[in-house]
Amino acid sequence: MSEPLLQVKNLVQHFPVSRTYTVKAVNGVSFCIYPGETYGLVGESGSGKTTIGRSVIRLYNPTAGSVRFQGREISGKLDSATREMLRADMQMIFQDPMASLNPRKKVADIIGEGLDIHHLAGTRQQRADRISELLKRVGLSPEHAVRYPHQFSGGQRQRVGIARALIMNPKLIIADECISALDVSIQAQVVNLMKDIQEETGCAYLFIAHDLSMVKYISDRIGVLHLGYMVESGTKEEIFSHPIHPYTKSLLSAIPYPNPEVEKRRHSLTYDYASSGIDYSQGTEHLVGGTHTVLATDEEFAEWNQ
Amino acid sequence: MSESTKAILAVKDLDISFRTNAGLVHAIRGVTFDMEKGETVAIVGESGSGKSVSCKAIMGLLDSNAIVNKGEIWYTYTDENGQTQKVDLLKMPKKQLRQKINGQHIAMVFQDPMTSLDPTMTIGKQIMESILLHKKTDKAAARARALELLNLVGITDAEKRFRHYPHQLSGGMRQRVVIAIALAADPDVLICDEPTTALDVTIQAKILELIKDIQRKMGLSVIYITHDLGVVAKVADYVDVMYAGKIIEVGNVNEIFYEPAHPYTWGLLSAMPDLDTNDERLYSIPGSPPNLLHEPQGDAFADRNSFALVIDKKQAPPFFQISPTHKAATWLLHPDAPKIEMPKELRARLESARKEVEKYL
Repeated sequence: MSEPLLQVKNLVQHFPVSRTYTVKAVNGVSFCIYPGETYGLVGESGSGKTTIGRSVIRLYNPTAGSVRFQGREISGKLDSATREMLRADMQMIFQDPMASLNPRKKVADIIGEGLDIHHLAGTRQQRADRISELLKRVGLSPEHAVRYPHQFSGGQRQRVGIARALIMNPKLIIADECISALDVSIQAQVVNLMKDIQEETGCAYLFIAHDLSMVKYISDRIGVLHLGYMVESGTKEEIFSHPIHPYTKSLLSAIPYPNPEVEKRRHSLTYDYASSGIDYSQGTEHLVGGTHTVLATDEEFAEWNQ
Repeated sequence: MSESTKAILAVKDLDISFRTNAGLVHAIRGVTFDMEKGETVAIVGESGSGKSVSCKAIMGLLDSNAIVNKGEIWYTYTDENGQTQKVDLLKMPKKQLRQKINGQHIAMVFQDPMTSLDPTMTIGKQIMESILLHKKTDKAAARARALELLNLVGITDAEKRFRHYPHQLSGGMRQRVVIAIALAADPDVLICDEPTTALDVTIQAKILELIKDIQRKMGLSVIYITHDLGVVAKVADYVDVMYAGKIIEVGNVNEIFYEPAHPYTWGLLSAMPDLDTNDERLYSIPGSPPNLLHEPQGDAFADRNSFALVIDKKQAPPFFQISPTHKAATWLLHPDAPKIEMPKELRARLESARKEVEKYL
């Protein structure tokens, strides 16, 4: 396969709360994303999936580990050229479309801010053309440019958020729970839009979500996180048809199916880390086959694989 | 869900508007449903369809800018003297509603467990508060009952948790506490307004199984408000699908999931990502729900409906009965309407869903 676009190796992100207490959000996570593919990160709240997204785009300073983006190290101190590259080529779509759009700015200025900062706009006319082109791309009309965020519905606002991320022609977009706040029928619209854009521009996504059924639909490969450890990772077929780790199994069994007769007879599996006797920090990465890996000790691996 | 005298809760022709700066918003446009003891009814719809407002009306929790244009909410209960009472909750004075009905007979679980608990009180105290307010018991008995409730909702180590504050608990634990408070005064009806939307899938499954379990033990009637059809399939006996302030399809859960009749229900079912198939595109209902500031002409769903007939734009469809328990408001069911079947993809999906059932039998 070609050179990975993003390569995360043993990423550690700790937040010191006080002198004696540190929140260990991410404890040595590794994965890579190839150009044009979608990598899904799933896990419950507090598993560190959002933290990984924010560390990768350098909203946090990683405690340890290496993050390479387009062949350049971006986890340590950034020189100005690297920062410029990172800020232009990696973009983010946030969870709450109301909170992530400045309510006092018009949509045109929200979307065009990237152009202004990087001085890419050229003339005023070129800037306006580029903005209306993007508005059309995400399914809004150019007249919407002069409106404010509160004049839009939730789904439309999320489209504005997508347009803002797209204006820099990024290589990688980090989508942090970008559909969780939307209604079911609107979720489908936004996900279809993201797929279309990927086909057209060839950008890669890091898709962070807790809704496994949507993750399966959009992702090529999936990483399952729990308590800051990557417990299992592989292509979506590998994860969904052949889950190894008990946490992945419990996640999959918890998805409610729109099928009442089946649902009434099915019980979800329980998984409790404290009583399961599994210690993530003892586990090492075991290869199951293909790209499918699971975090386990040798004995656990043998037991789960029976 | 026929018109019966056994119904414990009967909402009739409810019609509510909200005064806003922009004008009157006609949020509920004639909602009728009823439920019997021990049943679970799910109200499904997008945000803004009026599902939460309908249930707030039952609890008397409507905002001050709401105007009830018409409608009745009949509630049948047994009072403290053992007499059967039938009251219209909309006509009841607010004070009496708070003292007699809310909490004691009809309790509610809200969406966000963080904002529905008091951060300055231990959870034990909050459960006891509800018991002491509604039941004539002393503190020691209330404490014992609160511990019993904590065990019932599956909180281990209840003695220790009793003294904890809400921020010391995880989201799933907090929602369990909220459920314990709702159950404190032995209500007959439990209204769950998106009880698991703020929670993770694994915890969601646990909470839903818990509510189901308690329902069986206590003979509760439960109303679920949700937009997640997976949740509906898991818990409901009957389903009401709401769109733009109206109920557009009613049926038992198998009828809604295996033989849906309304194009909107088709759309909702098609938009669910399927774990078994690998379609390239996800079906999505085009457009967005209508703004109820302007009264929709004819069928409110017509603009988003690819099966809409000419009459849909002019006149709102009445309910057409399909089976004794199943009815839908769409002109497609009229005897003179052209024969229109649900989309092929959905038909295939429902077929495979039915096949899957056979594996479990």
